[in-house]
Amino acid sequence: MNALSLRNLRKTYSNGFQALKGIDLDVEAGDFFALLGPNGAGKSTTIGIISSLINETSGSVSIFGHDLRQDRAKAKSCIGLVPQEVNFNQFETVKNILLNQAGYYGTPRKLALQRTEQCLKQMDLWDKRDTVSRRLSGGMKRRVMIARAMVHAPKLLILDEPTAGVDIEIRRSMWQMMREVNAQGTTIILTTHYLEEAESLCRNIAIINHGQIVEHSDMASLLARLHVDHFVLDLARPLQTTLAIEGYQIEQVGDKTLTVGVPKELGLNQLFNRLSEKNIEVISLKNKTNRLEQLFMDLIEAGPGGRDR
Amino acid sequence: MNNSIAFKTIVVKEIYRFVRIWPQTLLPPAITTALYFLIFGKLIGDRIGTVSGASYMDYIVPGIILMSVISHAYANVVSSFYSTKFQHNIEELLVAPVPNWVILGGYVGGGIARGLLVGVVVALISLIFSDIAVHNLAITLAIAVLTATVFSLAGFINAVFADSFDDISIIPNFVLTPLNYLGGVFYSVAMLPDVWQKISLANPILYMINAFRYGLIGVSDVDITLAFAITSGFILVMTLFSLFLLHKGIGIKN
Repeated sequence: MNALSLRNLRKTYSNGFQALKGIDLDVEAGDFFALLGPNGAGKSTTIGIISSLINETSGSVSIFGHDLRQDRAKAKSCIGLVPQEVNFNQFETVKNILLNQAGYYGTPRKLALQRTEQCLKQMDLWDKRDTVSRRLSGGMKRRVMIARAMVHAPKLLILDEPTAGVDIEIRRSMWQMMREVNAQGTTIILTTHYLEEAESLCRNIAIINHGQIVEHSDMASLLARLHVDHFVLDLARPLQTTLAIEGYQIEQVGDKTLTVGVPKELGLNQLFNRLSEKNIEVISLKNKTNRLEQLFMDLIEAGPGGRDR
Repeated sequence: MNNSIAFKTIVVKEIYRFVRIWPQTLLPPAITTALYFLIFGKLIGDRIGTVSGASYMDYIVPGIILMSVISHAYANVVSSFYSTKFQHNIEELLVAPVPNWVILGGYVGGGIARGLLVGVVVALISLIFSDIAVHNLAITLAIAVLTATVFSLAGFINAVFADSFDDISIIPNFVLTPLNYLGGVFYSVAMLPDVWQKISLANPILYMINAFRYGLIGVSDVDITLAFAITSGFILVMTLFSLFLLHKGIGIKN
């Protein structure tokens, strides 16, 4: 069963801007799905329509088989939303924020208290339950929003840039929490500008640009389409002459630093053999860009419908 | 989906909000109305004598109580709902499966609760200055609740259209306050020249204040049935309009 189905979804704002130009999208139940795109591509509009914050111009949204227009209450009951911006009442305590949200979903008080405790403990916020939310750090506020979105046990959790602006340590711990939530059976749709995050967490991906889906596939086959990996090599000694190795795109960026484009059919072993033959010693190697980032840029630059990477 | 739980959650949240900030919500009307009673009722009223057979103090007590109910029911909903919009926590309600009538009912319920609580506070203060015996409790309570409902709905509509904090103070300052003072809080319309009497009859607050005055002291310038009909009519029209605004997402959705 699909957790989410969008059919010919269109949105034209009152100023005439066409944010969505008829997108179709399916997300399977249990998936960890990435919805990516540059700023202004239509991600937030799509999420806004799915979560009823924006009215669509035409098209349909179905959540776990419930049409968002015809069967609104059931469709909405399935969703938990973590928005980009902090949007809870900053004068409310952490516990009350969750209890109120549970109440909006019709959760009886006793169960709401249990779920609140469970979610706050899962997000490592139980000690902060009586703290007024404006006194929390940025990372804690993000976790409050995740806990709030989960308090009614949604089947579909939508995370709109949940780790934006948080430090790497908190981001990593949030990744772990998201993996656990997904492992417990919750479908997750993630939008993020950190493509490393999407590559690390998500199994399937859609890329949206100019209001159209330009890519929709599983992460592994998308990454497999990348023909050339780019690496940065640090050398033990400065190069005396310009280096050229057939089949590889080599660029010298410093006395002892090279960037190398490595075609998949040639691989790294052959490169190292050729470097050894030339008595060039490599002391470290790292990816120049995240693989997904490279594909993302290719797709965006190719424009709508373009796949000419 | 249990709508009664969602409704109760919104109402309790609203009541908790205005009780938590009681120095801003409950204390000022107590002080202001005590001054009204002292200055207009006691010091000036003693020189005025009686109005429609009641002492001036007894005559102004119902109007002052209902004026407080009106302004606080309005203020509660307009400030709370606009803040909810401003901080974007309206999204909590829009994402959840809460029907529009529950959202409206919850906020209006909060406004009614504050309006009536302030009314009770003012009524208790009035007992220091006056010893009114309630003439008709059912009419008194019914018109107080209906009036609080009308102005809670008005506050809601104002908040939906407001784009800034300035927008939520324009109506109370430039519409509500004049209508309150011209609605016969401090005088009987029978004391006005003919033309002004006719103009006053276009003010809906006049009917509400007089119906409430009738409930408390048995004196009114207008027909009580007409007062109830006008008040109920306002509730019906404003409820339908508010639900239309919510349905269309005007002022709350992109």
